[in-house]
Amino acid sequence: MSEEKNDIQKENADKPDKKVSQGRRDALKAMVAVPVLGAMAYGVYQKKKTEFTNRTAAEMFRFKGDVAAYTPTISDAPILRLGIIGYGIRGAQLMQALGFATPAYVENLKEQARINSENTRYQDFLEQEDLRIQITGVCDIFDVYAENAISAGSNTFREGLNGKYGPQPKRYLHYRELLAAPDVDAVVIAAPDHWHGTMAMDAIRAGKHVYVEKPMTWTVPETYALRTLVKENPHLVFQLGHQNRQIEAYERARQIIEKGLLGKITLIETGTNRNDPNGAWVYPIHEQASPENIDWKQFEGDPERIKEYMDYMTSAGVMKYVGPESRDKFKLERFFRWRCWWDYSTGLSGDLLTHEYDAMNQILNLGIPSSASSSGGVYFFKDGRTVPDVLQTVFEYKDKDLTMLYSATLANQFSRSRKIMGHDATMEVGNTLTVTVDPRTEQYRQKVDQGIIKPGEPFYTYVPGKSVDAVSTATERYFAERGLLYSFISGKRYNTTFLHLKEWIDCIRKGKQPSCNIDRGFEEAISAHMGTRAYLEGRTMYWDKDKEEITRE
Amino acid sequence: MQSFQYSKLQLYALFILRVFIGWYFLYEGLAKLLTPNWSAYGYLIDSKGVFAPLFVQLAGNAALLDVVNIINAWGLTLVGLSLILGLFTKIGYFSAIFFMLMFYLSHPPLLHAEYILPREGSYLWIDKNLIMLASTVVLVLFPTSGIIGLDSLLVRKRKS
Repeated sequence: MSEEKNDIQKENADKPDKKVSQGRRDALKAMVAVPVLGAMAYGVYQKKKTEFTNRTAAEMFRFKGDVAAYTPTISDAPILRLGIIGYGIRGAQLMQALGFATPAYVENLKEQARINSENTRYQDFLEQEDLRIQITGVCDIFDVYAENAISAGSNTFREGLNGKYGPQPKRYLHYRELLAAPDVDAVVIAAPDHWHGTMAMDAIRAGKHVYVEKPMTWTVPETYALRTLVKENPHLVFQLGHQNRQIEAYERARQIIEKGLLGKITLIETGTNRNDPNGAWVYPIHEQASPENIDWKQFEGDPERIKEYMDYMTSAGVMKYVGPESRDKFKLERFFRWRCWWDYSTGLSGDLLTHEYDAMNQILNLGIPSSASSSGGVYFFKDGRTVPDVLQTVFEYKDKDLTMLYSATLANQFSRSRKIMGHDATMEVGNTLTVTVDPRTEQYRQKVDQGIIKPGEPFYTYVPGKSVDAVSTATERYFAERGLLYSFISGKRYNTTFLHLKEWIDCIRKGKQPSCNIDRGFEEAISAHMGTRAYLEGRTMYWDKDKEEITRE
Repeated sequence: MQSFQYSKLQLYALFILRVFIGWYFLYEGLAKLLTPNWSAYGYLIDSKGVFAPLFVQLAGNAALLDVVNIINAWGLTLVGLSLILGLFTKIGYFSAIFFMLMFYLSHPPLLHAEYILPREGSYLWIDKNLIMLASTVVLVLFPTSGIIGLDSLLVRKRKS
């Protein structure tokens, strides 16, 4: 800018001859930006109008007061006495969800909170509701785990190291001794898969309520036996550990489908993508573990179960999947990474397909498929395992005109969304729901033609705990997808495993049936077994509805 | 009020810059006012950098958060009006600089910072907030509201 122009402007008053017209011009100049406000008002009005139309279109996806409210535990409810069978990775998580953790674990939570003020896990753990339970018995066949279970069970006040602890639960060396204990009302079973059905049945016989981890059973015959036994004892509450039953978004998804908002559904796509050794069940081997502190005999399994397993493997001609080590040979890999061998495991079908299946069964009441086909193999983790690390299972539901595809890999973690595909729209189901209208929809034809709905773009998004619709969601959805939101009830965040255990405990106190009861468990187990057998035998498995039997044609 | 002898083009260019920045503020403010239950919460907890704990703390305190929300929605709106109309621009400019400084400090475009809000490109040290801040400083040094804007009426009133 040149010097002369930087001079301070002379006041207009210095030029009296031009005063009148200059004054008018100055007034105009003063007001010249006012029309800009008009433009802004018009723009905002138009923008709001578009949003309002979208909002009205999204209105049909709105539901009110549909998710059961959280009911706090009554403060003087009688104390329920629990026994824990199995304190491995999952067993420890279940006990934490019940409010019991080892002092070392609590100390670690404290430390994390100190390092990072945004880490609220310690506070969450402290604030988690007291379910009015006492851990009176624990059983683990590895001494170190059993000791940890005792110290977690006695940590009534959720203290760190050098804190005040409550009475210690009794350790039982054999789970049957724990089941015989009179001071145990109910048991949580988190042993390896090959023990689930047996322990659950023994617990029912001993008159205990049962929470058993998924999958429900390891062999097909025990599936029927367990169902019969649970049905004969309706006073005992049985819950299968599918904590996804507690995800609020699934309930919403169910309602959307019930209302027919997706149109006729013909295909469901689900899957698992993991890409690390831990996700592929290559769990760490405890440094102190040895034949001296592990009860290998008990680990081997129940003789009756093993016979059922061997009978099937022999008759189906799939002995190559048994072993390779002999069952009585102590081996640390097999103890800590048991999921890698059919001898103890149910593979991807039992561990991860069951989660996907149960989610869909919850939303769509699928029941047992009319047939199952599977393929896959050990393609990446060639560490001697017998269960596949890549698996595709296709379930057909002929009477529902519907296919459910499950596709899994343990060597890639690209996120593939769970999709329910209808003639009019596709719903993606996770912690959030997204509905995308199909360009060829009939139901929404008019709205698509009017430009209210844009086909191919997410039209409706539901983020639990928030009122969200098609127009204001991108960021909130992003939050949820990054795991910043959890399962919500009335806007409050909860751990789903806590909710699932609480539901079981509430049902015990009130004599009610929980959400993942024996019928849902039976459907889950049979579906998984059909998928497993289809893989092992390399042919399609069918379900004979009348005889309730898995058949080969 | 100080005014400069600008060429016509210089004056219009400065005026347009002022209106554009004003427009940006006004819409940001109106959008917040018109969104039911709008809150700065998400933006605040997404803060990164040296001052992040301070902003996160603001989000955590319900009473302070309410104040932050009101200041944001109404403040941005009023700054926008001030810049567009050329009214009380001194306060408007300094408030704008304050807002931009806060936005910049809570979401500094650091080498490794990744933000959820707002979702847009990534920058290195200089971002839109900082450019807007610098532009506003330029506007403070080269005022136009005494010529084009309601401030000119105030000036004359004071003179007469």
